[in-house]
Amino acid sequence: MSKIALENHAIVIPGDILAEGNVRYGEGIIKRGDYYYSTVVGLFQDKGDFIQVKSLKGKYVPRSGDLVIGKIIEVGLTNWIIDIGSPYFAVLLANNATEKKFDPVKDDARRIFNVGDIILTKIVSFDRTRDPQVITNERGLGKLRGGRIIEIEAAHIPRVIGKKGTMINMVKRLTRTQIITGQNGRIWIQGKKKEDELKAIESIKKIELEAHTQGLTDRIRDMLSENNNNEIR
Amino acid sequence: MAGDGTVQLIDEKGKRLDGRNFDELRPISIKIGVLENADGSAEIRMGNNIIIAAVYGPRELHPKHRALPDRALIQCFYRMSTFSVNDRKSPAPSRREKEISMIISNALTSVVFTEKYPRTTIDVYLQVLQADGGTRCASLTAASVALADAGIPMRGLIASVAGGLINDKVVLDLYDIEDQKGSGDVPLGYCPVLDEISLVQLDGVFTLEQFEECLKLSIKGATEIYDIQKKALQDKYAAIRADVSVDAKETKKEVKPKEEPKAEIKEESQAVKEEPKEAIKVAPKPEIKAKPKEEPKTEVKEEPQAVKEEPKEAVKVAPKPEIKAKPKEEPKAEVKEEPQPEIKDEKEAK
Repeated sequence: MSKIALENHAIVIPGDILAEGNVRYGEGIIKRGDYYYSTVVGLFQDKGDFIQVKSLKGKYVPRSGDLVIGKIIEVGLTNWIIDIGSPYFAVLLANNATEKKFDPVKDDARRIFNVGDIILTKIVSFDRTRDPQVITNERGLGKLRGGRIIEIEAAHIPRVIGKKGTMINMVKRLTRTQIITGQNGRIWIQGKKKEDELKAIESIKKIELEAHTQGLTDRIRDMLSENNNNEIR
Repeated sequence: MAGDGTVQLIDEKGKRLDGRNFDELRPISIKIGVLENADGSAEIRMGNNIIIAAVYGPRELHPKHRALPDRALIQCFYRMSTFSVNDRKSPAPSRREKEISMIISNALTSVVFTEKYPRTTIDVYLQVLQADGGTRCASLTAASVALADAGIPMRGLIASVAGGLINDKVVLDLYDIEDQKGSGDVPLGYCPVLDEISLVQLDGVFTLEQFEECLKLSIKGATEIYDIQKKALQDKYAAIRADVSVDAKETKKEVKPKEEPKAEIKEESQAVKEEPKEAIKVAPKPEIKAKPKEEPKTEVKEEPQAVKEEPKEAVKVAPKPEIKAKPKEEPKAEVKEEPQPEIKDEKEAK
């Protein structure tokens, strides 16, 4: 028999007892004896036969398959070191950078990506014993030109995207901007007008701040459509 | 050694010089997220102490050769501001500051899942803005809250408070004068969730009975502090929730479900308050809430017995397995000469 001790969506802190007995459990939880304890400050989620604690803060931990926005901090002869906002720097090898084969004698790594460039990359491997490896030779990946970058808590990215992208598509539509969300908490925004970009940034910041509340999509929609009405007047 | 014990620190009414009872803590307040640029931060005010804790990381460690291959390194930097004490403190890190930095980082290492972030460092900066005795305990309390605020996975929070001996009476939470003129103090770091002691030091001469009483009193005090830590962390997010449900123009249907969770959180925190008491009795086997509000009363009475056993062993056998974090400190309890250089520093600092 199992017993859940808390209500769904309760805010828990490290060491809080969540449940007793036998439950399937996910991230943010450890089992000691018969009890399940929270390990982070977060939102308790009770999905019937499965419990987990969604952290509300914390550094991004790389996972293979994630799309992340990184900044080149070092250029080697055949590789780049990239800051992806995690505790570990990512490595991009020249062979994974472009579709063409890279010849260190003829080609100059700096011509492809230079220090300070912002790139959209995909993580292909990470196991904590070695630094994460990223690639840019797939469709849609590579240097990001123009636009703005904002940084939010990586833990809140799923909330910004919403279920099947509802939230982010709504923000894109109502602010008429292009938005790329990196799993590491960096978001790239480009619009035709500066006001549009600022409006998108404002709504994303609001999503971040109120990520642990309910009915957020409606509030954001109200906020953005209100702005639109003001403009027409 | 601390003072010679000749200074009268207890008045005729049986109160301490600042008007507190023997088992009374100073007023404590903890604020979370006071620094914008740190990954996690906390400010603690404990009586006249003001300390800011900032946590950065986990992040890359430089120089790289100091990184541990299998876990994160926790680096603490305890610093007293030059203006934090009556006589200007020299800004150079003193022996005392290095010692406190070390004991705090060791205590924190015992509760953080360092193995989740190998090859990295977690930096904890503790800046004492105003000192009034017991800063190492207040710093540890603030540091563990700041770590939780940074989203770092932990087994539980550490609450810390000192017990001491003044005029042959065991008292809780020494302040400046009691620290200097009293005849001994025992800083304690305690994790109520695990029922584990992660820091004990001892300075002065205690009888076995006095030490046991002191430890018991400090554990009780630390449990009180733990409730304040817990509330501070929860309030940060509960406040945003409350704001949202008030100012957003929403239908009543939506507002209602939002208020319910708040009420429930209060119930939970009450229920959880009871746990630590039980936890002291039988190691880490707290019961799950629902009813326990009535039960604890009977159980609390057994508390003293259970606690008495602990210190006895702690004094007799030096490397006690239960005191996981800091076996290194314990020798201090036995070797009375050792603390001397440290105390001199303490006096200088003050």
